Amino acid sequence: MFAYHLISRSLKRLCEFRELGGDRLHPVFITILQRLGLGLLTLFLVSIIIFSSIAFLPGDFGEQVLGQNALPETVAAFRRELGLDQPAWWRYIQWVTAVLQGDFGTSFSGRASSGANEARTVVELIGPRLWNTLFLAGMTAIIAVPLSLFLGITAALKRNSFYDRSVNAVTLTTISFPEFFLAYLLIVFLAGFFPTLSTVNDNTEFGERVYKIALPALTMTLVIVAHMMRMTRASIINLLASPYVEMAQLKGVSRSKVILKHVLPNAWAPIATVIAFNLAYLVVGVVVVEVVFVYPGIGQLMVDSVSARDIPVAQACALIFAATYIILNLLADVIGIVTNPRLLHPR
Amino acid sequence: MSTNTEQRGEKGDILLDMRDVRIDGFSDERWHEIIKGVDLTLKRGEVLGLIGESGAGKSTLGKAAMGYAQPGCKIKSGSIMFDGIDLMAATEAEKRELWGSRIAYVAQSAAASFNPAHRLLDQTIEATVGHNVSSEEDARKDAVELYDSLSLPHPNSIGERYPHQVSGGQLQRVMTAMAMSPRPDLIIFDEPTTALDVTTQVEVLLAMREIVERFNTAAIYITHDLAVVAQMADRIKVLRYGEEVEDATTESMLSAPKEDYTKSLWSVRALEKSESPSDDIVLDIKNIDAAYARSVKVLKDVSIKVPRGRTVSIVGESGSGKSTTARVLTGLLPPEAGTIKFNGEVLPAELKNRSKDQLRRIQMIYQMADTAMNPKQTVGEIIGRPLDFYHELSGADRDKRVSELLDLIELDDSFIDRLPSELSGGQKQRICIARALAAEPEVIICDEVTSALDQIVQEGILKLLLRLQKELGITYLFITHDIAVVSAISDEIVVMFQGEVVEQGLKSQILQPPYPDYTQLLLSSVPEMDPNWLDKFVEARD
Repeated sequence: MFAYHLISRSLKRLCEFRELGGDRLHPVFITILQRLGLGLLTLFLVSIIIFSSIAFLPGDFGEQVLGQNALPETVAAFRRELGLDQPAWWRYIQWVTAVLQGDFGTSFSGRASSGANEARTVVELIGPRLWNTLFLAGMTAIIAVPLSLFLGITAALKRNSFYDRSVNAVTLTTISFPEFFLAYLLIVFLAGFFPTLSTVNDNTEFGERVYKIALPALTMTLVIVAHMMRMTRASIINLLASPYVEMAQLKGVSRSKVILKHVLPNAWAPIATVIAFNLAYLVVGVVVVEVVFVYPGIGQLMVDSVSARDIPVAQACALIFAATYIILNLLADVIGIVTNPRLLHPR
Repeated sequence: MSTNTEQRGEKGDILLDMRDVRIDGFSDERWHEIIKGVDLTLKRGEVLGLIGESGAGKSTLGKAAMGYAQPGCKIKSGSIMFDGIDLMAATEAEKRELWGSRIAYVAQSAAASFNPAHRLLDQTIEATVGHNVSSEEDARKDAVELYDSLSLPHPNSIGERYPHQVSGGQLQRVMTAMAMSPRPDLIIFDEPTTALDVTTQVEVLLAMREIVERFNTAAIYITHDLAVVAQMADRIKVLRYGEEVEDATTESMLSAPKEDYTKSLWSVRALEKSESPSDDIVLDIKNIDAAYARSVKVLKDVSIKVPRGRTVSIVGESGSGKSTTARVLTGLLPPEAGTIKFNGEVLPAELKNRSKDQLRRIQMIYQMADTAMNPKQTVGEIIGRPLDFYHELSGADRDKRVSELLDLIELDDSFIDRLPSELSGGQKQRICIARALAAEPEVIICDEVTSALDQIVQEGILKLLLRLQKELGITYLFITHDIAVVSAISDEIVVMFQGEVVEQGLKSQILQPPYPDYTQLLLSSVPEMDPNWLDKFVEARD
C-alpha cells in the first residue's frame, strides 16, 4: 500500500512537471541533474581511492602465485604479462578507460603463465555472483522494508504503549547481536523448516532459490529492521506533533486519513534516506552472512580476490559497491526532492 | 447552506455552555490543574474575547470548547454542552462529526498549520467535503467566493498554490476561509493575528470580523492583546492562572474594569519616558548595504546615528531589515558597503577582526531568551562567563560581581544555582540582560526583547532597562515592531521599510503628523483600546 502510495504520488508529481514547466526546464530537473553529476564525480573520486588503496596492498601478485622461490626473471616476466611493470597512473588510466567501455579486465588467477590456462574475464566471474547477491538483497528488502514501515508507523501511533516498547526492545536486541550469531540462532531454531546451506547455481529454479535463501534473508531482515523501523517511528512521531496534524484532527479528519494524507506525504524524505542506506548494506555488507550459509555472493568473491591479490576482481567489486551506495543514496535524494513541495513548487 | 443555519436556531439562543470545567496538564512528571473550574456561555452569533497572559489557559479552554484536549492535557470534570450535545460524553467519532462541520478552529501560526504537501484549496474544502456538508464542486466555488470576500489577491487561482507560496497574512485569511467553508455555528480563533505585522494584522482582523458578522457565526477569540480583542468581541472574559478574573461586555470592560488585574492589563500602555536629545554620537552607521548569500539585497544605503546614553528604536515590519542591521553592527554579517564608526573610530566589518575590547563595548540581547542561554548551565555560569572572558575575574571576585549583577536586575542570590528551565520567561530575559551588563558595555542592542513576553512582564523588563540606562548611562538600540513599546522608551526613532530607512528623528517628531506614507500606515495600524477603532481605521483609509 505504501509503495503504491509513493509511486502514484511520484507519478502525479511527474505529470505536474509538464503543466508547470512549460518550455523551460523545471528547477527540480536541474537539481536532480546536479545530483546526478555529483554522483558521477563521487564515483570517479572513489575509483581513484579504490585503485590507490589496492596498489598500496602489501605483497606482490607475482610472488604470491609463483612462490617465494621463483626466479626473479620469472616473476618479472609474469609481472610484465599482467602489466604490473607499468607506472601506477598509466595502469589507472588504462583501467578506467576499459571500465568505461564495459571491460573490467581479466582475472589474474588461472593465467597461462601461472601454469593453468583457464583465465576468466572479471565480468564472467562477477556476473552470477552479483546476481545472487542482488537476489538475496531484493528478497530481504521485500520482507524488511514493508515490515519496518508497518512496525514504525504502528509503534508511532501507539507511542509508549506496551506494543511500542516491545517492538523497540526486540528490534534493538536483534540489531545488537553480531550477524553470525543471529544466523546461528536461526539455524538452531529453524533448521527443521529451511535448509541451512544456501548453495545455489545458475540452474536453480526460482522457487527453490527463494526457499534456499530463506534463512540468510531472515537474518539480514533482523539486522536492518531496527534501523529503518526506528527512523520511521521517529519521523512519524515528529510529524504527529506538528500543528498541521492537530489542525487536521480539529477539522474532523479520521485517524487513518490523517496518517495517509497529512503525515506520510511529509515523511518520505527521511525514511527514504535510511531505507537507501540499509539497502546498500544488503549489497555491500553481507559477507559474514554469505559465509555462514555458504551462499555464492559477491562479498565472498571480494574477500577471496583481495587475499589472492586478484587486482582486477577486487577493483571491480569495490567499484560495484561504491556505485551501489551512490545510486541508492541518489535515489533517496530524488525521492526527498520530489516529495518536498518547497523544491517542487518554488515561489 | 444558509437555510441550514436558520434551521439550527436563532440568534440569542445559547449555543455553547461550559460549566465548572477543570482541565489537568502534564508537566514536570505530574498532573497540574491548569483550568480551575471556569464557566463559559456563548450565544449564537456572539463573539467572546478570551484574554490573559500566556499560561493563563486561554488556548486550552478554547480547545476544550470543542471537546478537545491537546496532547498532555485531559478534561477532568465539568460539563460542555454544544447546542444540546454533551461533548464530555461524546465519543471521538461523534466529536469528529462536529469538528470541521459545526465547530471550526483557526490556529495561531497559519504557516505551521497548513500541510506543506497539499494545495490551499484542497485543504480549505477538506472538512466540508469530508463531512458531506456540500459537494466538492460547490465547496470549491464557495471557497473562491470566500477568498474573494476575505480580499485575498487572485481568488480564482490562489487556491492552486501551496502554503509556502503565499505570505503569512494571506495564509491566515485562507485559514479563516477554511474555517468558514462548512458554515460552522462556532469558530475558535486561537491568537490568529499574533504572528503577523501590525499592517497585516489590521487587514486580517477586518476580514475576519466582516465574515463572522456576515454569516452570524459565534466565535471565541483568544488573544493576549486587549486592543485587538476590543475590535472583535461583544464580550470579554479575562483569565489568569486558569481562573476567571472578570467577564463583561466589551464596552463596560474597557470603560470600567472592576478587578485590579484587569486594570493592570490596561496600565502597561501608560509607561512613558520623556525624550532628551543629544549630539554626542556613540555609534555612527553610514551608507550600509548588506545582502545574504550574495543574492537579495536586504539593506540599502542605511545610515543611522545613535547618541550616547539614549534609546534609539528601529521599527518596521518583518522583512524591513531591522534584525539585519543588528547583525551588521555586531559583525555577524559583514556589509557589502559602508562603514560603522564607534566612538569616532571605524569598526572592522568582520567579527574576527574586532578586538576583545571592541566586542565588549557592544552587547546584544535576543528575543528568545530560551534559545540564547545554554540550558545546561546555571545562572551563575551564564553571567560569570563574560566576567571571566572580558574582565578575567575568577573565584570570589567573580561570585561577588555575579551577585551584584543579580541585584541590579532585581533578582536575589538564590538564582545563582538555578538552570534556565527553572525560570519564568521574564526572569530568563532578566538573566540575559545581566549577562550583557556583565561585559560593562556602552551599547546594548535589544532585538525584540519583549515581543515574546506578556504585557505585565514586558512592562517590568522595560522599566528595568530604563532604570539601568539612568544609572549606568547605557545606550540602547532597540529593535521592535511594537509601536507601544517604542513610544514608551525611545528618545529617537528610526522607521525602516524594505531595507531602507524611511525616517529618523526624535520621538516627538516621528510620532507627530505629518507623516510620510509608510510611517502613517504603520502608526495607524496599531490597534487602540477603543472598540470603534477598527471602524475609524476603515473610514480614515477610505
